[in-house]
Amino acid sequence: MKSYYKNDENVAMKLHYDVVRDDFSRAGEASSKIKMMLRQLAIDANIQRRIAIATYEAEINLVIHSYGGSIDVFIKPDCIEVYIEDVGPGIENVERAMSKGFSTATNVAREMGFGAGMGLPNMEKVCDTFVIESTLNVGTQIKMVVNY
Amino acid sequence: MKNYWHSVVLEKDYCTGCTHCLDRCPTQAIRIVEGKAQIIEERCIDCGECLRVCPYHAKGALVSNLDILKNYKYTVALPAVSFYGQFPEEYAMNTIYNGLLDLGFDEVYDTAHAAELLSVYESEVLDKEKLNKPLISTYCPVITRLIQIKYPALIDNIIKLEAPMEISARHVRKRLISEGYNDADIGIIYITPCPAKVTSIKDPIGINKSNIDEAVSTEEIYYKIMKIIDKIVPSKQIQTATGKGIGWARVGGQSYAMGIEDYIAVDGIDEVIKVLESMELGKLSSLDFFEGYACVNGCVGGPLNVENTFIGKNRIRKLTKLYGMDEPITIDIDLIPENMEWYTPIEPMPIFKLDKDFKVALEKMAKIEEFTQMLPGINCGACGAPNCRVLAEDVVNGFARIENCIFLNKNRGW
Repeated sequence: MKSYYKNDENVAMKLHYDVVRDDFSRAGEASSKIKMMLRQLAIDANIQRRIAIATYEAEINLVIHSYGGSIDVFIKPDCIEVYIEDVGPGIENVERAMSKGFSTATNVAREMGFGAGMGLPNMEKVCDTFVIESTLNVGTQIKMVVNY
Repeated sequence: MKNYWHSVVLEKDYCTGCTHCLDRCPTQAIRIVEGKAQIIEERCIDCGECLRVCPYHAKGALVSNLDILKNYKYTVALPAVSFYGQFPEEYAMNTIYNGLLDLGFDEVYDTAHAAELLSVYESEVLDKEKLNKPLISTYCPVITRLIQIKYPALIDNIIKLEAPMEISARHVRKRLISEGYNDADIGIIYITPCPAKVTSIKDPIGINKSNIDEAVSTEEIYYKIMKIIDKIVPSKQIQTATGKGIGWARVGGQSYAMGIEDYIAVDGIDEVIKVLESMELGKLSSLDFFEGYACVNGCVGGPLNVENTFIGKNRIRKLTKLYGMDEPITIDIDLIPENMEWYTPIEPMPIFKLDKDFKVALEKMAKIEEFTQMLPGINCGACGAPNCRVLAEDVVNGFARIENCIFLNKNRGW
């Protein structure tokens, strides 16, 4: 079982963003900034797109489910690593949360068009390595790696 | 480095260096340098937003004027589909087309007819092939260019079909050559609602050379037609399109003509950008088709048109009814790839990249972050860049100096 840890080796650039709970109007801002940066760094279009999807879904999850959290992006010579950490209720059954269409989003979130139960599955689909660890009533940590 | 040809140009004498256009430009292609606006050529996608907002009319579009008719032995007018919405309703389109003959053209081809033929072909392509969904229309060339520079991951979604004007021109030129005309003697002239189409003629995407020779603006033709309009005696039946072709002039007309269920039609460059952002995130893959237009209301909203865009849109709606949405379409151009498709690949144009070398790009990025922190973040535009971050980028790329920021100057007491 791969476990969650932040690998600080060989980081060429670090990006850090805090995400506030229930702030729907700003949801998506961090991931869109990340995308713009990758574009300027001339990272391959397909990798840009995968990271954009991974960070966007994670950001939305932080807004909907957590009490607040952060996104860290480590740009490395051979890959991009994304670390998501939050303080929150945690996920009761990670396996079930990873299945398509399963969602615990509130009605408010659903009314805003979120909570289709595709966030985690999409995140897993676009990365080469996906690690998720969650502790009930403490929070959730996710590591996603996309190799060049 | 590729040479870029642009239709949107700046007339320096009129520019006051105000910052109206700076902020409107969707690709951040404008800077004010020494009191005058400048367009960064490789960034410009010829959308014409700056042209529309400039209060001093300092932005223009490079179009030809009707004098060019004398450069060719045989001239053909291709009026844009949106030409339909420009004239008062009491004048039949066929009369107006005949008026173009009076202005000196030898022939007029109804581009809206090519549009409806394309609808038939396009829906066959859509049914037949398993392509990346949603497919993206190439009808508005601004959107194709926007994807090339900003959304390269979506290039594979672009449906590589020719625009109606080019299908018309290919068809007419082939016919004229078979009738014995010399290629060089034929002048095919598009009557354009926007600068972007002019660029598509001079510097096309998807083909090596356009079959259209020149473009004149709808504006110029409109006033010349209106002067003679009551004297026009229609002698020929030129108008051939049904409502399906005419509908292409407004948002959604293309999808409607193709009979697609799952599509979205989006107008206005900012709204299109929002949709492309979602599409890049894979949010819209349940759709079959996407048509996007830089201009509000689609081609009737083109900056070189005359009529108010909403009036134009209403007229197009009425005309589609008048000419019939269910009328049979005469297939008089073979619906084969040779007549309908692009044949060269669409290349990404990653103009936002800071450097070819990844390491250098990273270093530049770190500096940009540093400078952005120093700047006030109010995006006033007084330095000549559209916002603080762009100034930071320009400084790092050596195009501007951080001292251009009037707030930093003030704080330092310079």
